[in-house]
Amino acid sequence: MTDLTTKLAGVTFPNPVFTASGCAAAGRELDQFFDVTRIGGVVTKSIMLDARSGRATPRMAETPSGMLNSIGLQGPGIDQFLEKDLAWLADRGARAVVSIAGGSVDDYAKLAQRLRGHPAVSMVEVNISCPNVEDRGQVFACDPRASSGVVQAVRQNTAAGTPVFAKLSPDVTDITTIAKACVDAGADGLSVINTLLGMVIDTTTMRPALAGITGGLSGPAIRPVAVRCVWQVHAALPDVPILGMGGIRTGLDALEFLLAGASAVSVGTTVFGDPTAPVRVLAELEHALAERGIARLADVIGLAHRPPVPSVPESPDPVGDEPVVDLRRSFDDTFEETS
Amino acid sequence: MPLQVQGEILSVKRVGAYQAMTVVAPGIPELTRPGHFLAVQVGGPESSMLLRRAFAIYDVKDRGVYGGTVEFVFAVHGKGTAWLSQRRPQDKLDVVGPLGKPFRLPKNPVNVTLVGGGYGSAPLLPLATALRERGCRVDIVLGAGTADRLFGFMEAKRMADSLAVTTDDGSIGLHGRVSDVLPAVLDKSRADVVYACGPMAMLRAVTDQAAERGIPCQVAVEESMACGIGVCMTCVLPVVGDDGLTRMVRSCVEGPVFLGDRVRWDDVGTVPLDTVGAITAPGAHR
Ligand SMILES: Cc1cc2nc3c(=O)[nH]c(=O)nc-3n(C[C@H](O)[C@H](O)[C@H](O)COP(=O)(O)O)c2cc1C
Ligand code: FES
Repeated sequence: MTDLTTKLAGVTFPNPVFTASGCAAAGRELDQFFDVTRIGGVVTKSIMLDARSGRATPRMAETPSGMLNSIGLQGPGIDQFLEKDLAWLADRGARAVVSIAGGSVDDYAKLAQRLRGHPAVSMVEVNISCPNVEDRGQVFACDPRASSGVVQAVRQNTAAGTPVFAKLSPDVTDITTIAKACVDAGADGLSVINTLLGMVIDTTTMRPALAGITGGLSGPAIRPVAVRCVWQVHAALPDVPILGMGGIRTGLDALEFLLAGASAVSVGTTVFGDPTAPVRVLAELEHALAERGIARLADVIGLAHRPPVPSVPESPDPVGDEPVVDLRRSFDDTFEETS
Repeated sequence: MPLQVQGEILSVKRVGAYQAMTVVAPGIPELTRPGHFLAVQVGGPESSMLLRRAFAIYDVKDRGVYGGTVEFVFAVHGKGTAWLSQRRPQDKLDVVGPLGKPFRLPKNPVNVTLVGGGYGSAPLLPLATALRERGCRVDIVLGAGTADRLFGFMEAKRMADSLAVTTDDGSIGLHGRVSDVLPAVLDKSRADVVYACGPMAMLRAVTDQAAERGIPCQVAVEESMACGIGVCMTCVLPVVGDDGLTRMVRSCVEGPVFLGDRVRWDDVGTVPLDTVGAITAPGAHR
């Protein structure tokens, strides 16, 4: 039996597979397909202070191995969320990672206060890929100072034992700059990555396919970008736990993120096509670890960063007591000069 | 409670311009009511098409030789439906269903008019059967662009107290739209209730004509859906609730069947300013 437990900033989860924000609502619909208490945790759709209608339709366009969405953070607002969604998750005994979103630092602070001490909240994930209404709609996640302000406000208003994870956008020049700013501001961990800004034009109507014109790209199409981001953030901040996501479809995809440095993963877009994906990914991951003779999940986290080993397994180790083979000598022994 | 089933295709038949596919999907038929839909995975396990395709359930059989089956009707209009149309008997198909809220049936044996546009008649035919079993008078109006896009003509004719047909090109029935014949049908049959399924423009016209006569009308909408199970929020449209407030409502879980006069037809594709939580300040892009 593989030990699948994973630790995120001091909180232990029974396994590393979570849902992704905005791809699982608040868990209730998916609970019809699998027992949501079996996965590491349910990451809820980013909630704002007030009810929000979201954007006009079309909100979605399918793309090769991915999709574009522009939902616009539709949601009931924090009051109803606490009353209905979080209460349900608590009753159900699920571990909830509550994602919050706002238009100002103050919004985030208030949201954190409302969640403070709620028994069902295992973690808070801060969605900073939102426009800052106080800064001409500039997205928080694209600016280290703005990101830092939000994270600090949330950390200050969150109970000590509850980890705060900042969710990073890949649409930046250097993701490690933002990552460091968030950690310096008190983030206990990082969620990597949110969607990439994209666009589709309908060649029949000759207009943008989405009502919101641009949208967030997700799904397996973005997986290599996500793995690269996790790798870079883990290399820069090896002690900071990462919740990795972006196009995870199978257990091996999840393993790739763990090897890059994630301590847990979120399965997002894949759920739309396969509502049981989180438990399937979990089973496949367990199998993949067992196949590799790995007894503890913790042992693979960041393992891909270890220095390369000699590529020919039989080749003698040049350090230590092993005799060092002098290739030049053996070459001379074998061949003679021809001139 | 919907099920996810690894089904097996029993048959794929061409029906005019459409395809009708029957899948052995144990467990789903017993749960299905007229108006429910299925979400079907396309392209196989390694597919680059991640999203399910949603189809109204046409026919179900609790027990076939191979187990319970579900049948749905579709038009090929993209890569996903093209892939589906190339499936053959015994191919595997991952289906989720039954999904959504089905049509509500009248308690008493009243007079009912059903209006179907194109393959929108598919969910209305099992509804007609259920209504007949309750002793309702059933009048049917079918409309389509062309004769080959008229689905269920023979079945409707067999089942209905009266059948009116229209086509845009006049290739069968009356040259025109269902809205050209519906008022007369409603009046003549003394309709108490209307049910409709088809393109949005048709649903809107039917709703208006029923409303003019004070007849309640249930419509099944077809919105583009990414998940079909209520977790993605892509399938919304503006609907007025019992409290009189407009909300962007998920058509996959709160629909696809709505009361016609609750849908803000003029505003579909927009967020009306009086919607609960309408974005007035600069909004988030996700
Ligand atoms: C329809 C949709 C809605 C999303 N909503 C949110 C959201 O509310 N908050 C958030 O932080 N991320 C949101 N995301 C981003 C996902 O949580 C995830 O970071 C991203 O999709 C990459 O993972 P995936 O490829 O597995 O989906 C959303 C993604 C999709 C597809
Ligand atoms: S299709 Fe996903 S919520 Fe309706």
